[in-house]
Amino acid sequence: MDQKTQERLFSIAMRWYDQMKEGAIPSISLPTRTKQNIEFDDDTEVWKYGERESVRSAHTAKSALHLLKMSYVISFLKTQLREKRSSTLRELYYISEGWKRAKFSAQDESNLLIEDLEILTDLQREAFHLRPEEDGATIFGPIRLKEMTRRGEREIHCQEDVGEAGYQIPSNVENIDLLEHDARFVIAIETGGMYARLIENGFDEDYQAILVHLKGQPARSTRRMLHRINEEFGLPVLVFTDGDPWSYRIYASVAYGAIKSAHMSELLATPRAQFIGVQPSDIRDYNLPSDTLTEKDVAALQSEISDPRFASEYWRTQIQLQLKLNLKSEQQAFAARGLDFVTREYLPRRLTEMGILS
Amino acid sequence: MTLADDLARQQRSISVAEFFEKNKHLLGFDSPTRGVITTIKEAVDNALDACEEAMVLPDVFVGIKRTESDVFRITVEDNGPGIVPAQVPFVFGKLLYGSRFHQIRQSRGQQGIGISAAVLYAQLTTGLPTLVISRTGPDNPASRFLLQININTNEPEVVEQSEVEWDRTHGTRVQIEFKSSMAAKKRLLEYLKYTSVVNPHARIRVDLDDETFLFERVSEEVIACPRAIKPHPHGIEIGQLMRMLGAAAGTCGEFLVESFTRVGKKTAEEICRSAGISPDAPAATLSPADQKRLLGALQGARVPAPPTQTCLSPIGEDLIRKGLEKEFQMDFVRSRTRPSSVYSGHPFLVEAAIGYGGKLPPEGNAQILRFANRVPLLYQQGACAITGCIAGVSWKNYNVSQAGLPTGPLLILVHVASTNVPFTSESKDAIAAIPEIEREVTLVLQELGRELKSYLSRRDKNRLQEDRARAVCSIIPEIAEKVAEIVDLPVPDTSAIEGRIMRKVVAKKMSRDGRVRLEVKNYTSQPGALTIYDISPDAGEGADPEPAIVTELDAEYTKVWQVEIDAGGAWCAEYRGAGGGTLEIRGVPPEHVVVVDLNAE
Repeated sequence: MDQKTQERLFSIAMRWYDQMKEGAIPSISLPTRTKQNIEFDDDTEVWKYGERESVRSAHTAKSALHLLKMSYVISFLKTQLREKRSSTLRELYYISEGWKRAKFSAQDESNLLIEDLEILTDLQREAFHLRPEEDGATIFGPIRLKEMTRRGEREIHCQEDVGEAGYQIPSNVENIDLLEHDARFVIAIETGGMYARLIENGFDEDYQAILVHLKGQPARSTRRMLHRINEEFGLPVLVFTDGDPWSYRIYASVAYGAIKSAHMSELLATPRAQFIGVQPSDIRDYNLPSDTLTEKDVAALQSEISDPRFASEYWRTQIQLQLKLNLKSEQQAFAARGLDFVTREYLPRRLTEMGILS
Repeated sequence: MTLADDLARQQRSISVAEFFEKNKHLLGFDSPTRGVITTIKEAVDNALDACEEAMVLPDVFVGIKRTESDVFRITVEDNGPGIVPAQVPFVFGKLLYGSRFHQIRQSRGQQGIGISAAVLYAQLTTGLPTLVISRTGPDNPASRFLLQININTNEPEVVEQSEVEWDRTHGTRVQIEFKSSMAAKKRLLEYLKYTSVVNPHARIRVDLDDETFLFERVSEEVIACPRAIKPHPHGIEIGQLMRMLGAAAGTCGEFLVESFTRVGKKTAEEICRSAGISPDAPAATLSPADQKRLLGALQGARVPAPPTQTCLSPIGEDLIRKGLEKEFQMDFVRSRTRPSSVYSGHPFLVEAAIGYGGKLPPEGNAQILRFANRVPLLYQQGACAITGCIAGVSWKNYNVSQAGLPTGPLLILVHVASTNVPFTSESKDAIAAIPEIEREVTLVLQELGRELKSYLSRRDKNRLQEDRARAVCSIIPEIAEKVAEIVDLPVPDTSAIEGRIMRKVVAKKMSRDGRVRLEVKNYTSQPGALTIYDISPDAGEGADPEPAIVTELDAEYTKVWQVEIDAGGAWCAEYRGAGGGTLEIRGVPPEHVVVVDLNAE
């Protein structure tokens, strides 16, 4: 694997070398990373970058500097791979301090550059031995897996061998083997409060459910984990979030992939994932405690109407309804009807509606 | 005895001179410091006006000498036509005595107050008489006067009069001594500098307490003296009309045709008809009611605007630019002269110029130069209509930042010329807000703003090209080095890329391990004879090749090489040192040169 990674990074540098030797200005071309340039791929059922490409050539000081930074990063990764070390994205940012004018001005800049390299090499950043700063989310439920840690293999059952918070997903999910399960579905939950509520109420045992805490906008490792459970065990994945435009984007990134990482949607997205709620119609039907939409909320909803990932009858109806209601509600608003309402009434009813429970 | 009788004994007429003594501020003598500027301003205005009338190129000398700790002797001398001896006492020794008050044409001075006010001011502060020497031509001797003003009667007193030898064949010299200070020296020089900008045909020499300054002329063209015109029917008031009627000999019809511009026989008849007066009635016999109706008819008459060609004397776009360029260093200067126009029967025209960049201060409000009839306005900028118009233009449309007034390295010159400049007060510091004038000022500023905008965007485009040049010449070699390290091959030569894209002369400076290397490559298609100036703290020890010249200034060494580089050729030099500083290439147009310091961040 490291060999392949090194070869691919090397080939980027080699291309520039050849360009310069021929008297050409070094350049790279990358897909345009905007909403307008993602397309649905029928074979894999995920959204990927389309045909549009932008060329970065060292014509201007800005682009030249970008290429210079990229060559510094490639040189750094080459050494890192050879020495079998690893580093975090944050560390990479600090390492660049010593690169004079090639140093990064912000963490975002180095993250984007690594994503560019992922696209150019068709590899994940884990292959470069780079890990994200954030720790992965947690899992609780009837599933057994094996993790290859630096200190040996560990076999873990995610109900029996873990504490109350569950099993923590490592940053590199490729180090996990999924062994067996006794579950009927997976629920991915946006907030920690609702995740803890479901554990406390014993929802995982009562309904044979695997609970995954998304921790807001899910990290790549969380999305990769959901993708693998769905694919390897064939379990349906359901997403349970707040009822506002930002939470719908969480669902979209689980189901269809994020615009930022559309180059690896195939690995990260779970196209068959379904949205449980909170649906705008739930706000109306259950008369949930709610807030009025802010200007930004409305703008986000309107932008979602034009987002190809939301171009379905279901989403159009729900988003239009929400704009009409002019309201949003949090998951935990169900507590207004008692702490057990969400596990005894709401979720079973929705799961039956969706055909998961019979 | 009644109170009225009592009061009557105290009631008496006040002489103008007395009035002035109490109201110095009205004429610009509110402080001793300002007194110097006002005196010089009045004397220089008179000198320039006189030269214009005589059609000679003005050579003006201004001297300021401290005679006691707080007494200054101010001398202004010109090469004008001189003043006949009989008139000298009145010109300098009587307030409100002048040749131009009754004339309708553009001139600097008008009321005949200015210089005699200075004479009076001298008399009040030091008690010294004013010295005047004047000569009207080579055939006449020069006359020397010592003058004072009788404050009670506003009549001149000649203390001494004699004939003297004088080296000038014609001209006038006035020497006034009064109490003052030199606190406003900067402002004074500013006034002279601005005067020189709008009088590019004048040479002004200044001797300021043994410091000398010269504002040289840039134009050898004698400016045509504006010719007086008759009053326009729309620009007349009742008092003036009554006076004119009182002195008229013929009929009303004849009076109108002879006394007004743009009035012919037919128009005169129409005016008389609408005033209900017979054109054949003797003009001097009109009743006050008739006079009033005549005024109404005059103001309502449909007559063309007054002629402006002869009575106004614009500086002209070309000379404004030359005038500015000789006193200010700027990257961009444009000027505009608007067609003449009229307010209340008074012809006027507006000229303006905008300068940008160069050595103008890069921050803060734009520098504003206001002029009325070629005289700089130095005080009360905030009260002036010109300032109001400048602040009223939205400069952001022209890519200039603005905080009330526009800001940045900007200079704005506005000149209002008129037969009757509407000042807000007699000290002539600010122009009143007349809508017609404001409209013209705004229009000319907008025209110039558009030109500035296109200059700025052109400059930005050039900057973009420079940015590209920097990228190609300094970052690409670094990419080459890093990439070569990754693929473990020799560093590729990127000069081909530079050459292909640049087609310019590329000069690089780099330093490594205590050695500085200069590299100049000629990618143009022409051989070039170049002079290379390398200015830095390094003395250039052990330079190879040796520079032709090395000079030191303030611990900085300028090392100069003269080289010839063929098309496609290269040159390099090395010496011991730490690098930095600046590198300059001359011998090719600057747009064909790219200079890069590889060690610069």
